[in-house]
Amino acid sequence: MKEHSVTDRSVEDLDAVAIRFCGDSGDGMQLTGGQFTSTSAIFGNDFATFPDFPAEIRAPKGTTYGVSGYQVQFASTDIHTPGDRVNAMVAMNPAGFKVNIDDVELGGIVIVNEDEFTEVNLKKCGYPQGYSPLEDEQLTSKYRVFRVGMSRLTRESLAETGMGAKDIDRCRNMYALGIVYWLFDRPLDATIRYLQDYYGKRKDRPEIAAMNVRALKAGYYFGETAEVFPVRYRVAPARHEPGTYRRISGNEAVVLGLVAAAQKADTQLTYASYPITPASDIIHGLARLKHFGIKTLQAEDEIAAVCKAIGAAFAGDIGVTGTSGPGLALKTEAIGMAVMLELPLVVINVQRAGPSTGMPTKTEQADLLQAMFGRPGESPCIVVAPRSPSDCFHMAIEAVRLAITHMCPVIYLSDGYIANGAEPWRIPDLDTIPPIRVKHPTASDTPFQPYARDPETLARPWAIPGVPGLEHRVGTLEKQEETGNVSYDPENHEKMAHLRAAKVNRAAGSIPPLEVRGPETGDILLLGWGGTYGAITTAGDRLREMGHSVATAHLRYLNPFPPNIEQVLGRYKTIAIPEINLGQLRQIIRARYLIDAVGINQVRGKSFRVDDLTERVEALIKH
Amino acid sequence: MTTAQPPTPLPTYKPKDFASDQDVRWCPGCGDYAVLATVRKTLPKLARRKEDYVFVSGIGCAARFPYYMETYGVHSIHGRALSVATGIKLANPALEVCVVCGDGDLLSIGGNHTIHTMRRNVDITILLLNNRIYGLTKGQYSPTSEFGKVTKSTPMGSLDFPLNPLAVAVGSGCTFLARCIDVDAPGLGSVLQRAIEHKGTSFMEIYQDCNIFNHETWFYASQKGSRPDTTIQLEHGKPLVFGTDRDKGIRRSDCRLEVVQLGNGITEDDLVVHDETDRTLAFVLSQMHHPEFPEPIGVLLADPSRPTYDQLVHDQIAEAVKKNGTGSIEDLLRDTETWEVT
Repeated sequence: MKEHSVTDRSVEDLDAVAIRFCGDSGDGMQLTGGQFTSTSAIFGNDFATFPDFPAEIRAPKGTTYGVSGYQVQFASTDIHTPGDRVNAMVAMNPAGFKVNIDDVELGGIVIVNEDEFTEVNLKKCGYPQGYSPLEDEQLTSKYRVFRVGMSRLTRESLAETGMGAKDIDRCRNMYALGIVYWLFDRPLDATIRYLQDYYGKRKDRPEIAAMNVRALKAGYYFGETAEVFPVRYRVAPARHEPGTYRRISGNEAVVLGLVAAAQKADTQLTYASYPITPASDIIHGLARLKHFGIKTLQAEDEIAAVCKAIGAAFAGDIGVTGTSGPGLALKTEAIGMAVMLELPLVVINVQRAGPSTGMPTKTEQADLLQAMFGRPGESPCIVVAPRSPSDCFHMAIEAVRLAITHMCPVIYLSDGYIANGAEPWRIPDLDTIPPIRVKHPTASDTPFQPYARDPETLARPWAIPGVPGLEHRVGTLEKQEETGNVSYDPENHEKMAHLRAAKVNRAAGSIPPLEVRGPETGDILLLGWGGTYGAITTAGDRLREMGHSVATAHLRYLNPFPPNIEQVLGRYKTIAIPEINLGQLRQIIRARYLIDAVGINQVRGKSFRVDDLTERVEALIKH
Repeated sequence: MTTAQPPTPLPTYKPKDFASDQDVRWCPGCGDYAVLATVRKTLPKLARRKEDYVFVSGIGCAARFPYYMETYGVHSIHGRALSVATGIKLANPALEVCVVCGDGDLLSIGGNHTIHTMRRNVDITILLLNNRIYGLTKGQYSPTSEFGKVTKSTPMGSLDFPLNPLAVAVGSGCTFLARCIDVDAPGLGSVLQRAIEHKGTSFMEIYQDCNIFNHETWFYASQKGSRPDTTIQLEHGKPLVFGTDRDKGIRRSDCRLEVVQLGNGITEDDLVVHDETDRTLAFVLSQMHHPEFPEPIGVLLADPSRPTYDQLVHDQIAEAVKKNGTGSIEDLLRDTETWEVT
């Protein structure tokens, strides 16, 4: 469609734009946002996405609690977050408008489907009788509001297809996307290809694909011909390292990482889980990969899932289970079993806002202490946390490597924000990823000692059933060193407790040091972990641009910590720890290193805004 | 991972080959000893290698079982033995996995897994050592204790109606159901052999005496004097006859069963003929309770027609490989829209 891009209207170049699509949860906003992202990715922009949807699948139509949103920031520069402020919003209905308008920057673009701003719909989302926000000058004067009769225009453009009103109305999101494509000078071909592929599979309704394509084009031509928009915007491609790129979300990256890890370990993988938001996409992804020898099992409950993974590990598979906070709580006792049996187990926890059921579709980082300490007895586990959607790939491989190398459970703390968010990812060269060494002993002349130790890793041997001469029992009762026999001996128990802890600590020897971005020494170190990397890094960069002595460091390994952490912490006057919780990492850092670390905390079901974070650090500096 | 069968012939095992070097620590006189001895005696009769057995248990007195077997074993956590066993079977279907647990383990805290393991028909053998009491925690009532049972936690009598393990198993779609008695070594041994050989979930309810906290709870069925009149030995294709003089039988009366005295015109031809393939009959038999009825002993149901879960999982993998070829990770990473940056 490039030939259409030259018009009389002026074109403004921008570094980065954050767009939010919002509407009813049945309006197809996730698909629309996803398509905009794909197109921008192929165009060469850097991007980061934030899908935001309710837990209710189809909440009553037109209500505020049924609003589904998708935010994407696309840029010609290197970006790490989906953007604090929305530069352009598309609202398919008044409820979407109402819920999201406060996030739009002053002077930002707001495109609304004015046909939906009816008296009935306005009432449904709680506006007072006789009031329409579109007629409220105090409100509309803050933004550049464009009123487009998308429902009517979609119907008109598809009238001659002879299709029913319901099918036609379902194409409104593509009409909206067409407008936005025109406004931001994006090519249509990737979405057309997608629509043809996706709907083309529906053999019973082949015409659906064509209708959607037609609506998309109609929206685009509306932008071009209707002269509603005085300016078009252009965001040039970003400068990325050469290579083949794809878009990836955190949960997709976990799936690919696990498959790659199984291949690197030359070992089969069993993944057992119970459906839970926001972790279910991991089993959805793996269940499609049976031709990789991946075994997936939807268990009867969370406990069954983790126990199946542990059983599979005993028999020689890589045992993996995935869940979210409430499920991690249910798996507690079984993770303790894996600590005791000393079997490799990976537990993926895609954190969400708690406690209890909490806000299932909203993000949080409040399971750190649960992962670290939430088990009976002295029960240490390795804990890792990916820092971005694409990092979920690398850290999944790391989790498997550490579990196998040290024969112990690894808890992997992802979160809803990076699990569902997406970014561009340069597809790695798998040959650069080292193999994961798996040693299964075979029969020897001496009696087999199931709890003998590798002097380097302190791991016990991973002997698997089916091998003659290595018959042995593992159990959850305390065991005698080396033989593994049941033991209640006080000296032995003390020794074993220390051994299990030392084994986990040994992992520090094979993990990378904590890296610092910014000055080597200075006033403030922002220490983060997990999914807040994007916001903290961006805020740190901004603060340095403002002249402040601020560095950032991000932990991907939480137990054990990278070996150089204490050194790094000692080089800054103030350690500030931003977290989406009430201060969990801070508590550990304070306790372990006797440092009076300062917390920057929020629990709003959302990641940090760079603005907020910057302001709070500035306040700290002034203080 | 499957175990390749080595070319060497199957070794000849003796019961002591299956005994680990650990001292057995059950209370002297416990019914578990009898079961352990029978299991060790039975395994040498089966065409399986020692290294292919995995004994899995949960928590409880019975759950110490794996420590005493010179096989692979996992003593797991309370209630979860079947989940661990399912994971083992999933990873390596070539293994012979046996689960030994008590009534609290399998029917109370682990009840959920019992139901779901059976409906999936995972190829494992379950030995339920049912003593109708919590022994390890020193004598609280269990899910199979009788209504009104006076224990430390129920001084005025238990208000829970007991659960019927065999009826639950029938309802859960279990494909092999049997009942045995701890001290009946020949009966237990022959059923165990069949249970292990059965492809699918085999469930054996074993009446087991806890001589400390619930002594004699099964004596009506286990003692030689009373046993012929209080139990009925099931044999496929044979009429349901019982009694010291084998002069009583079980007859259908509408949809129910009734005990009849043979003679006076009633012959064996009038009696129910046991059919191990009849799930409805298995349910009806599971409802025969002492003292109204003799309690069925032996195999209630053996249905080899359903494929096992572990087999189906591996079939799907084979099918996926056949359809798509063995997965290539390089392709998988690019199995979406990609773009080049130069």
